[in-house]
Amino acid sequence: MKKLDSKIPEGPLAQKWKNYKDHQNLVNPANKRKIDIIVVGTGLAGASAAASLGELGFNVKVFCIQDSPRRAHSIAAQGGINAAKNYPNDGDSVYRLFYDTIKGGDYRSREANVYRLAEVSNNIIDQCVAQGVPFAREYGGLLTNRSFGGALVSRTFYARGQTGQQLLLGAYGALSKEIKRGHVVMYTRREMMDLVMINGRARGIITRNLVTGELERHAAHAVLLASGGYGNVYFLSTNAMNSNGSAAWKAYKRGAFFANPSFVQIHPTCIPVHGDYQSKLTLMSESLRNDGRIWVPKKKEDAEKIRKGELKPTQIPEEDRDYYLERRYPAFGNLVPRDVASRAAKERCDAGYGVGPTGLAVYLDFADAIKRLGRDVIEARYGNLFQMYEKITDDNPYETPMMIYPAIHYTMGGLWVDYELMSTIPGLFVAGEANFSDHGANRLGASALMQGLSDGYFVLPYTMQNYLADQITVPRFKTNLPEFDEVEKDVKEHIAKLKAVNGKEPVDYFHRKLGRIMWDKVGMARNEKGLKEAIEEIRELRKDFWKNVKVPGDVNGLNVELEKALRVADFLELGELMAIDALHRNESCGGHFREEYQTPEGEAKRDDEHYMYVAAWEFKGDDKEPELHKEPLKYENIEVKQRNYKTA
Amino acid sequence: MDLKLKIWRQNGPDDKGKFVDYEIKNISTDASFLEMLDILNNELIEKGEEPVAFDHDCREGICGMCSLYINGHPHGPDAATTTCQLHMRRFKDGDTIVVEPWRAKPFPIVKDLIVDRSAFDEIIQAGGYISVNTGGVPDANTIPINKGKADLAMDAAACIGCGACVAACKNASAMLFVSAKVSQFALLPQGRIEAKERVKKMVAKMDELGFGNCTNTYACEAECPKEISVTNIARMNREFFAAKVSS
Repeated sequence: MKKLDSKIPEGPLAQKWKNYKDHQNLVNPANKRKIDIIVVGTGLAGASAAASLGELGFNVKVFCIQDSPRRAHSIAAQGGINAAKNYPNDGDSVYRLFYDTIKGGDYRSREANVYRLAEVSNNIIDQCVAQGVPFAREYGGLLTNRSFGGALVSRTFYARGQTGQQLLLGAYGALSKEIKRGHVVMYTRREMMDLVMINGRARGIITRNLVTGELERHAAHAVLLASGGYGNVYFLSTNAMNSNGSAAWKAYKRGAFFANPSFVQIHPTCIPVHGDYQSKLTLMSESLRNDGRIWVPKKKEDAEKIRKGELKPTQIPEEDRDYYLERRYPAFGNLVPRDVASRAAKERCDAGYGVGPTGLAVYLDFADAIKRLGRDVIEARYGNLFQMYEKITDDNPYETPMMIYPAIHYTMGGLWVDYELMSTIPGLFVAGEANFSDHGANRLGASALMQGLSDGYFVLPYTMQNYLADQITVPRFKTNLPEFDEVEKDVKEHIAKLKAVNGKEPVDYFHRKLGRIMWDKVGMARNEKGLKEAIEEIRELRKDFWKNVKVPGDVNGLNVELEKALRVADFLELGELMAIDALHRNESCGGHFREEYQTPEGEAKRDDEHYMYVAAWEFKGDDKEPELHKEPLKYENIEVKQRNYKTA
Repeated sequence: MDLKLKIWRQNGPDDKGKFVDYEIKNISTDASFLEMLDILNNELIEKGEEPVAFDHDCREGICGMCSLYINGHPHGPDAATTTCQLHMRRFKDGDTIVVEPWRAKPFPIVKDLIVDRSAFDEIIQAGGYISVNTGGVPDANTIPINKGKADLAMDAAACIGCGACVAACKNASAMLFVSAKVSQFALLPQGRIEAKERVKKMVAKMDELGFGNCTNTYACEAECPKEISVTNIARMNREFFAAKVSS
């Protein structure tokens, strides 16, 4: 068994990152010009890394599947970005942000990485303000904050309900600046099809030009994947339609270990599912839980009448409402972490108290906040979210409570990386949601933006340089090497095979079926029986896909169905690995809730003795069982205990 | 509801293109416009025909990827709404809906309803940013910014770069898009340093790429899904003249 070396630097926790930077290897400016780097993805992590590496003088090639780097899915993040600035003077610190993140992740993330994240969080805010990101401000001209789940302080910076957009446009500006300078070359409408390795190191990628269908070869000294998460394995999620796990999955099949694939985040406040034709789910920002109160009727008969449309929520008197989060978690109330809030909603709905036509919804009510603060204040804080809600549901949330239900939102799992964010393949780095590193078994709200930008602006420019320092004598690779020939041949055959199936069913047919299996059996609550069934069902569905999928049109040209088919083919494999991982982890932690392992109050029950490790899976061949490698987690600076959001 | 669709089909940039009629039945009023097109596409695939190509991604109205000229309006008939947020309850049973791509010379058609908007990226690359490198920047609260100005900057920064303003304009002018970025930075102290150079470079690039001029019809503002105000164009013009006069 290969030993996983996380390469955590020596020294006390607060000194580790400084020690690393003090002693790492550097590349001199003249040599940087001789080094090429490939970056896949232009979300917060990819764009910020590409811009920063370009600024240092490296030659960077960046790839995105959209028509412009500005459209990556980071743009849809709404609520905010955390930082330990302590501007509100409410007791925040780097240590507290670190502590909240480890605890929020249910003690399944690496101390050293998370501490570094908390440490650089403040630099991110400074950087973004310098780029012209219009964060919300007080009348005195200084920056303002709000609260997010899992914290007792206000440390979230925001730009209305469009924080992700503004941060991404900041990074896109920095990227555009480097494109103009000629340090970065941008390739849009390109999808990474596979990874090319030379002598055991990542040295290039094969891309498909999504307009012409051409396969293209790109070589470099190192490759960075910032290709996002794989939430779309569930078909319905808050991810963008084109978000996919294929780049990471190809890397896995070339030897990069996949860590904690079953750790997915189910976000408590999404607009409920409304029909079979539905293509995606829409998130309502967690920031709404600052002012909104979550409830269901106390009486089952009221809930039933609401479901039938005989009663309106506004007709339920105060004493007949169950504000179940405030009841169960007095200290954190409506601001418990996402996994806790999601499970609590499911529990109420499963018990028969759910509302909406399907019974799979709870209320998020602003009536009290509007009374207390006035409609204007609520509109200023959440106007765009309320408007979006109304467009989708045709209900006015100023007058009647919103209906919400949990939905797949984020994947904490991802490619395994060490402290330097390098995967088990030398020269293959992974950043942002695509890696597994910082959020353990549950990510806190407003921390994804923080991690993406931390990786890209402040970590990779150091750690990639450390790796590249001994590569300066390695000449540029030619793309006519046999290694490129072979991988391109694999890709070509894969596409031809898919096209040749020529079955009857569109890709969506299989994707929806996969999504159903994943949501029912590898979703919010999992158990041994369901997971075993899921593995069998996914295998069957995969067989069916390869017999009956229909990919119309020409593969040599723009072909959206082919793009979808390639991604779903990978999801049909990744889904199985997620179920295998969930089945092996005989405990509940964070977003991974195994029904067999819960406390009498229904909270997640960890088994630290047997499962305090990162599960990193190694690909062993198609139709072969993957091999499990364990990275034990050590907590030297935090006392490990059962998460408690009932008392402070 | 049952609908008739007239959709622009064009195999590639050099193809002539034409409207093709489709009929679609039993569409729920709760479905989104793009979900309606998904249903049409799956029906086409089952019939062995090629699906209609259109751009879309987040389906939350923020990525700016979706486009479509629907019944004569960019992003369809609803104000302040992207195509992906347009819902079928806006239409009536039996309606005929006409769907076209953005039409503007600087946005050539790629296929069917997909156009190439890389000209917008080129305009940004010409100077639509603040030239700071990573690291070495002052603390975020070092320069207080008037809240009113910061809010105006945010109003302008809300642009999603979808190109509806260009599609709506009879001159295919990109002034609303360019002025939104110019304004955002012109309003912030961090952006003032390069304000003159920025506006000159961005305007020059916009002209070079073949976008037309503004003749004050305000169609761009009326059709903008993010309600970007034409006052940004006025601000850009002031910035531009000031830059020209002082240079």
